[in-house]
Amino acid sequence: MATVSDVPSESFRLSMLINDKRYRAYTFQFIALLLLIGAFSYLGYNLVKNLQAAGLNISYKFLGDPAGYDINQRLIEYNNQSSHWRASLVGALNTLLVAFLGCITATVIGVVVGVLRLSNNWIVSKLMSVYVEIFRNVPVLIWILIIMAVFTSALPQPKEFRGSNATASMVADSFAFTGRGFYSPKPLFNDGSMIVVAVFILSIVGMFMYRRYAKKALYDRGQMLPTFWPSLAILFVPAILFFFIMGQPISLEYPELKGFNFKGGIYMRASLISLWFALSIYTAAFIAENVRAGILSVSGGQTEAAASLGLRPNRIMNLVVLPQALRVIIPPLISHFLNLTKNSSLAIAVGYMDLTGTLGGITLNQTGRAIETILLLMAFYLTISLSISAIMNVYNNSIKMKER
Amino acid sequence: MSRTDNIAFVRTEMLPESPPPAAETGAIKWLRENLFSSIPNAILTLISLYIIFQLLQGFLPWLLGGVWTTSSLRECREVLDGAAGGCFSVLTERWNQLLFGFKYPQDQYWRITLAFVLLLVAIVPVLFIDMPRKMLYFTGLFPFLGFWLIWGGTIMTPIVILIGFIAGFIAFKRLEHNSFAMGALGGIVTAVVIIWLGGFASEAMSGFLALEQVPSRDLGGFMLNLILGVVCVSLSLPIGIALALGRQSDMLIIKWICVVFIEFIRGVPLITLLFVANVVLAYFLPPGTNFDLILRVIIMITMFSSAYIAEVIRGGLAALPKGQYEAADSLGLDYAQSMQLIILPQALKISIPGIVNVAVGLFKDTTLVSVISMFDLVGMIRGPILASTEWNGVYWELWGFAVLLFFIVCFSISKYSQWLEQQLRTDHR
Repeated sequence: MATVSDVPSESFRLSMLINDKRYRAYTFQFIALLLLIGAFSYLGYNLVKNLQAAGLNISYKFLGDPAGYDINQRLIEYNNQSSHWRASLVGALNTLLVAFLGCITATVIGVVVGVLRLSNNWIVSKLMSVYVEIFRNVPVLIWILIIMAVFTSALPQPKEFRGSNATASMVADSFAFTGRGFYSPKPLFNDGSMIVVAVFILSIVGMFMYRRYAKKALYDRGQMLPTFWPSLAILFVPAILFFFIMGQPISLEYPELKGFNFKGGIYMRASLISLWFALSIYTAAFIAENVRAGILSVSGGQTEAAASLGLRPNRIMNLVVLPQALRVIIPPLISHFLNLTKNSSLAIAVGYMDLTGTLGGITLNQTGRAIETILLLMAFYLTISLSISAIMNVYNNSIKMKER
Repeated sequence: MSRTDNIAFVRTEMLPESPPPAAETGAIKWLRENLFSSIPNAILTLISLYIIFQLLQGFLPWLLGGVWTTSSLRECREVLDGAAGGCFSVLTERWNQLLFGFKYPQDQYWRITLAFVLLLVAIVPVLFIDMPRKMLYFTGLFPFLGFWLIWGGTIMTPIVILIGFIAGFIAFKRLEHNSFAMGALGGIVTAVVIIWLGGFASEAMSGFLALEQVPSRDLGGFMLNLILGVVCVSLSLPIGIALALGRQSDMLIIKWICVVFIEFIRGVPLITLLFVANVVLAYFLPPGTNFDLILRVIIMITMFSSAYIAEVIRGGLAALPKGQYEAADSLGLDYAQSMQLIILPQALKISIPGIVNVAVGLFKDTTLVSVISMFDLVGMIRGPILASTEWNGVYWELWGFAVLLFFIVCFSISKYSQWLEQQLRTDHR
């Protein structure tokens, strides 16, 4: 009779911590943990020692003190008596402003260039690849500085707009492009303007509802409703009607030349413009490559199959090619957006007051609180990056190819 | 016979082959297909031609009419006398400053040049697999030689470190058959002991083959960009591999250390890390130690790029089929062996384009050190040169030069990576 012998139940021996693969992992992790704790306590000990020697402490009280410096480009109220916290807030909003503007223009330029690079027109595609290669292979800091230099030296100064024999003039009497920045008309919202704005928001909702209805009609009844012109009409007609019914409550404030400078209107400083422009064209070169790769990744058979089903070219693009290409394009696109946001911290090189310029620049220098300010600075960028990556992960899972 | 023979309009002999229509051959065909295939295409072509014409019209006179031999912007403008042309004399006059910074001793420039040439020699066998393998020995020596050439001091310091490394490697090889961890530990201990002991020797012989010592705050110009780029990329490769393996690991604690490190570094801009190097790092070092700035910057940039490289390599590891891991296990290889022999060679091959992208990005990012007032190429241009009375206002020439230098380096690296990808493609497609 064959007896099945049990696996010998080994008792745990200390040497198994090194020799047995099952337990070795614990040894390694324990050592790693010890090293980590050791390193942190060493650094912490040094920190405490150094702070004591310098008579400093870690405290965020300085955020409440008056900042004492001016910020020219700002989205919210701020003066030099406001607190450092307020200054950081202005800086954070400025970072978000330039990042937002930059992402939009970079996407537009990048998509156009990426598509043109695939054009069968030899000279156009060569021109675009030259653009992409030049901008991708040179540091963005150099581009920012070059564009700043071009802006300040090539564009006219405000004083050249003055007098009867002015050498520069405003575009359409409302936009002024000067070496100090751009001036454009600013909308003034008077009584009753809220109704117009509300109507406009409602029309946006209405437009989306119409598009959903049209899609449903297509899927349920096979009925193809026109979408472009109706949605345009839904978007603008009610708002324009209400604008006149309410007696034109929204007016424009034009920039005017007063003394040595323009007054009124929206003023964007040269530093904002050049940073925005440089970040856009630099990132656009990367996005262009990305778009090109995305479109090339959709195999030709897909287009041909769609064509053989009788779809027209624009429908092939919208219904077959783009949904598949976007799956390839969007994840790296978002990471380019993140890079743009992080690169916007180079604003400090042209004196644009973003968060790095206010909190990590002047506030740091004035208060000498290096550790606190830089921790806050990192926390801000980290929050943005991590939240966008979290959203990205959700998105990636939702568009993942549904395979069997 | 057949009735066709005597009908006048029926041809009896073949026509000679006639040439294709003029519009279907040569340049005209190419033009029609590639430039004027449709009306919108023709319009695009004309617009592009106009843009190119405008660019060249501005650029060529500036380049060709340039002045190369004056000593200040005013003099240059006098020579030009209103004609179009660039003041390239700023490049000739400040050539050394642009390349070496403004503090490096003038009579020692040959050391930098020599180090650069040797760098090229050392890097060749790494880049091209056909070169004699013996040259790799020189590559191994180069870091020590380059350190000695650039920073100066006695040659004993790098020699002692080199001996320490060699001894560590021998100890590692001796102990490796026990286990990889044991070997690594033994190697590190041996190296540290030997370097520590050798420190006394090099102190005693501090005059031996000594070059003039150059403190690292005197480094500058494009040289600084190259040093930072080369050092940080080569240091961050092994760290990146270790981080990627750690992130893939089953050991939870190690995995989480790696994940937190990578995500933290990737989430913040490099400039904040440079601020850390500049003003914060000193607080975390023992009181009284005085790390110089360039070393602190190298540490931070290396951490930065190793996090990015780790993500690239993780992509490569994830792209390998699971069968490769299982095959290595079934051959009875342990973790270190299977990684060295089976997994990493394939994973690294897949990740080469990504690694090169990171390297190019890192090299471009070395210009950021100008923000914390180090005088790299950008720092030199913005600081000592544009602020000087002679050259205040020469933007185009200087920035054009910077663009050209970076473009040449980065573009050739990316072309190399494309070539290498072709070389390594072994899947017979």
